[in-house]
Amino acid sequence: MDNKQIKHIVEAALMSFDEPLNVHHLKQLFDEEAVSGTDINRALEQLNEDYADRGIEIQQLNKGFRLQTRPQMQLWLDNLRQKKPRKLSRALLETLALVAYRQPITRGEIEDVRGVAVSSKIVHYLMDKEWIEEVGFRDAPGKPALLGTTDEFLNYFNLKSLQELPALAEIKDFESFEQSLDFNQPQH
Amino acid sequence: MSEPKSPDNMVQSEMPFALVEGQPFTEMPTDLYIPPDALEVILEAFEGPLDLLLYLIKRQNLDILNIPIFSITRQYVQYIELMHQLNFELAAEYLVMAAMLAEIKSRMLLPKPRVEEDEEGDPRAELIRRLQEYERFKQAAEDIDILPRQERDFMPVHIHSESGIAEQQIETVDMRELVLAFQAVMARAELKTSHSVSREVLSVKDRMASVMRHLQSGKTTRFDELFTPAEGKQGALVSFLAILELLKAHALELVQNQAFGPIYLNLATE
Repeated sequence: MDNKQIKHIVEAALMSFDEPLNVHHLKQLFDEEAVSGTDINRALEQLNEDYADRGIEIQQLNKGFRLQTRPQMQLWLDNLRQKKPRKLSRALLETLALVAYRQPITRGEIEDVRGVAVSSKIVHYLMDKEWIEEVGFRDAPGKPALLGTTDEFLNYFNLKSLQELPALAEIKDFESFEQSLDFNQPQH
Repeated sequence: MSEPKSPDNMVQSEMPFALVEGQPFTEMPTDLYIPPDALEVILEAFEGPLDLLLYLIKRQNLDILNIPIFSITRQYVQYIELMHQLNFELAAEYLVMAAMLAEIKSRMLLPKPRVEEDEEGDPRAELIRRLQEYERFKQAAEDIDILPRQERDFMPVHIHSESGIAEQQIETVDMRELVLAFQAVMARAELKTSHSVSREVLSVKDRMASVMRHLQSGKTTRFDELFTPAEGKQGALVSFLAILELLKAHALELVQNQAFGPIYLNLATE
């Protein structure tokens, strides 16, 4: 089977399945042993080159490759769409950020950082969207559930892995700063 | 929460330049005047006491590591008093923070013993740690908000199809398939019955027993093997009813290896 044909089949497969496909899946398309992982990867690369000046692109995710529209196209797509996706509230995003960066984390630990109670509505929404899930229980009184993010979270936010999350800001060291201060100067 | 008398407050009080809901105001607000109606909107936008404190600090371009606790506490208390005046339902967390600020403030008023320098750190340390930690995640939340997001920034491309990835065995058989298979049996029975012959009455109960006997041997039996074309339509019906009864009683299992493939019967595995 020549490369061009492999490429066409891989392209059609990416379009026709709902979930991202990995190299293993894509190899299953061909019943012969003749098509190797290298061939699949080459096909994916060539497709990406083909799409360089198109409105779609291939995005690599945690569990495979997904064909998707380019973000630059969204402005125009929105003109035709009846329903815009709802905006995510700050409370929801902060909760999600804590789960993403600090997982596994309990609700109590989220509340410690945010200084306010975590609303059940938000946790339910995040679970409903399958962005977070219970990954276990903390060995502490009350056995609070530990929350973590899912593959669906990575897919939805276009991430290959958690390492791709934007870096957290550095903590400025209070101890070293304190030394540079004279505490006896009158405070205002 | 009232201000403790500090020397600043001891000076003769100035003429109030404004009265807001009966409260005299003697100082011009240092920032842009926010009408109470707007304040209601702004306050709703705060995600909690830490967020409100951060806002107060950032608005004055203050370093988070060196918060002037007196003035920040005063402003914070002013805000929550305003919320109170507006009949805002104050979350308990806001009051806890006010208490924490008051405590820090009073501890800072105490003279610092020179000898035990290291014994007690800056009373603000814990607050600063929490503010910093909150600020990091406030920023992280904004960063996540910017990430390209499905539906908002891109759409997955797929031509709609019902099929998922490689299902190799269809375990259950739906009733429609079963009826279709029965139809085939009936059609075959039709071919055989060119004339009617009187025969003994067939009982479903007997047939159930004979199907079970047939399957007791342990081998998988094809659905259509259980029908005897010579018995004609009536015989096929009795066999089919017997199979349905046994299925209902969970004595049988149906297996089909591929869509539209032959249906097999097994004894139920318990």
